[in-house]
Amino acid sequence: MSTETQEHDPLLAHQFEDVEQQTDSYVLGMWVFLVTEVLFFGGMILAFILYRNMYFPAFAEAHQKLDWRLGGVNTIVLLTSSFTMAMAVWASQKRDYGKQLMFLTITVLCALAFLVIKYFEYSAKFEHHLVPGTNFHFDGQNQNGVQLFFGLYFALTGLHGFHVLVGVLVIGVLMFRVWKLRKQEQDYVPTELVGLYWHFVDIVWIFLYPMLYLLGGVHI
Amino acid sequence: MSAVAEPKTEKNYLNVDYSIKSWLTTLDHKRIGILYLVAITIFFMVGGFMALLIRTELATPQGDLLSSDQYNRAFTMHGVVLIFFFLLPSTPAVLGNFLLPIMIGARDVAFPKLNLASWYAFMIGGTLGVISLVLGGIDTGWTFYAPYSSNFSNTPVVWAIAGAFVAGFGNIATAVNFIVTIHKMRAPGLTWFRLPLFVWAQYATAVIGVLGTPVIAITIFLVAFERLTGMGIFDPARGGDPILMQHLFWFYSHPAVYIMILPAMGVTSEMIAAASQKRVFGYEFVAFSSLAIAIIGFLVWGHHLFVSGQSVFAGLVFSVLTFIVAIPSAIKTFNWVATMYKGNLQMNTPMFWAVAFLGLFLIGGLTGLFLSSLATDIHLHDTYFVVAHFHYIMVGGAIIGFIGGLHFWWPKITGRMYPESWGKAGAIMVFTGFSLTFLPQFVLGQLGMPRRYHTYPEEFQILHVLSTGGAYLLGFAMTTIIVYLAWSAKYGKPAPPNPWKAKGLEWETPSPPPTENFTYKVVVTEPAYNYHKDSGGHH
Amino acid sequence: MHGHISSPATFIKTFIILLILMAVTVLVATKDLGWLNTPIAMAIAICKTAFVVLFFMGLKYSSRLSQVWAGVGLLFFIILIGLTIPDYLTRHDLPGWSE
Ligand SMILES: [Cu+2]
Repeated sequence: MSTETQEHDPLLAHQFEDVEQQTDSYVLGMWVFLVTEVLFFGGMILAFILYRNMYFPAFAEAHQKLDWRLGGVNTIVLLTSSFTMAMAVWASQKRDYGKQLMFLTITVLCALAFLVIKYFEYSAKFEHHLVPGTNFHFDGQNQNGVQLFFGLYFALTGLHGFHVLVGVLVIGVLMFRVWKLRKQEQDYVPTELVGLYWHFVDIVWIFLYPMLYLLGGVHI
Repeated sequence: MSAVAEPKTEKNYLNVDYSIKSWLTTLDHKRIGILYLVAITIFFMVGGFMALLIRTELATPQGDLLSSDQYNRAFTMHGVVLIFFFLLPSTPAVLGNFLLPIMIGARDVAFPKLNLASWYAFMIGGTLGVISLVLGGIDTGWTFYAPYSSNFSNTPVVWAIAGAFVAGFGNIATAVNFIVTIHKMRAPGLTWFRLPLFVWAQYATAVIGVLGTPVIAITIFLVAFERLTGMGIFDPARGGDPILMQHLFWFYSHPAVYIMILPAMGVTSEMIAAASQKRVFGYEFVAFSSLAIAIIGFLVWGHHLFVSGQSVFAGLVFSVLTFIVAIPSAIKTFNWVATMYKGNLQMNTPMFWAVAFLGLFLIGGLTGLFLSSLATDIHLHDTYFVVAHFHYIMVGGAIIGFIGGLHFWWPKITGRMYPESWGKAGAIMVFTGFSLTFLPQFVLGQLGMPRRYHTYPEEFQILHVLSTGGAYLLGFAMTTIIVYLAWSAKYGKPAPPNPWKAKGLEWETPSPPPTENFTYKVVVTEPAYNYHKDSGGHH
Repeated sequence: MHGHISSPATFIKTFIILLILMAVTVLVATKDLGWLNTPIAMAIAICKTAFVVLFFMGLKYSSRLSQVWAGVGLLFFIILIGLTIPDYLTRHDLPGWSE
């Protein structure tokens, strides 16, 4: 091993020459990963755009079954969590680990609130037989279009919800780490990376909300 | 493959630890490359066996060996296994993992743990694929076209889809890793235009992996979703559009052809430069043509939908764009030939493979132009012409490039030389067997023999028999190569650091390299392929 | 990119703008503006995304390389959509697309 030549920095992994290279690599890696996520959701969003135009009356009818108020609350919840996540990164950069933990806690609570609201929305759909499959039932002429809408609704929000769940786990692990090492100097990069991921999850919802809940207009 | 017979005084990445555990938990990019090599060799044999089953069935016009149902499963598993579990990880994951950090003078890739995780994702995906095979195999074709794959096929489709999905995330992780590694881990002085062309090719490949793979992931996810819920995202009977599935599928799968061929092109550049003892002619053009292929390759997918019900207008647009993507490939081919021109040619085994690659890739590429023109494609679509074209690129290009690269860097990987005469014989046998298998298929397709049928009219038999004979020769050649390479890893004569007198950082470190790749700090002061400058002094 | 630490004030301003945009998008959805509804909703979503990406994610202060990669993601999403939709626009046998 030829690592003796370099000074031993506990925050530096062996393959890197210095902390700057390490930080740049992790941040770039995260951005490239998020690009894959854009295209991952992009394929489904394309499907949604196409079918929305093919079956617009059915989609407009079906979307009335979604509660735009609950969706709106969830939007505000996620925006708030994005804000507190940004603040957590800031606190981490300032090495104020108490504040950082506080902001991360709010973020996780928001994420959980989002999932709870989603759970209530989903169970209402199950009750009303709006879940695609053998139990699907919809009175009206646009059976196919409505089922397509709900199929895409569940695929899109399901995958997004999965990302929220992963976010909760990742933020949880991060909080544990920060708490355990609170007495010593820490690298802010893990928080920054989790933050980037979390903001992306927020962005997906920023698009899903108007696409699914507001399409074709809502009535107050 | 871990064997180095007599104990050496020098520590290298192979003799540092022999335990199984040290292999399965390794973070060394070189060892991870070997893990991939072992895994894909097994998948290669499975897929190759399917190929021989198919060709044996086709030796006679009647369906005697396989029923039509078994035949469907055989060609599907042949495609699924060889594409998703062999070709996609072949050159990038084996040679890329082994060489990339060494070629850029780094100790490892940027994210070694992620690198190992990619291999495990690949293995889990592969296992799911094998489960679908054990459950009887699937019969949808490797393209998983809906709604057949989603609502009609009675075979374990979801297992195969899950396998391709999970393995796909392994590919994505490797691609992210390589992109960051190439951007951030280059040794001091190693500017982009001093990089070996293999690195450029790997970069372009990784770009495709990152941009395309998530789209196929979501596509086959939706197919599985449709199959499990019985809804109709792609099923016209329930309001869906099957052509959308094809759009999404080929948005990835056409560029995926470049995931397989681009790294092989990179290998060829290295082999030709070394065997010609010359700088690659038009280095910058070859480098940029890799990126051009990666980008333009994303604009052409609709040529797979010319007769699927896509609009004529879209067909026209995709046809024109497809012609354009031929240009960067042609640039590469001309530059390789120009590199050899007046070169100090060494007719060694890697050169044999490089020449085989050039000839077969040329035919594969040119026949692609027949298929990209709308009118001829209507005649040739879904015939053996397509099968032949595709295999000229995938086997004649990608696999021959991969095996050639394996020979070229085998001394570096194992520290042993393979038997040179066997290496040349292997190349000649593969070239002959391949040509005998697939040249007749161009004729068959032009005469109207459709693909994916297990019986055919008697007048086609002579061409089919030629093809089957060629396939057996090809199978024999591949087996021979696997045997002598494996043999030489243990018993071959020890390799010097630079058996080919080639330029490049990987040739300046011992064979096999130490765990940290270099025993000194790498600083690069000269361009790539700096052959004519002088003889001795580097770094 | 290192050394740059955004101030909480930036984050608070961004957050308020996002909430306002959220209110606007709901408000617009309650009015029937004909074909204009969808473009407006999408334009607002793109605006919101821009604020999240530039300030919360700090892309404005990130390395050029991260900026390029973020752009590449957007570009290839546009390619996916932009080369598929013309097929549907010119197919004439689909509900909703033919003129
Ligand atoms: Cu293609």
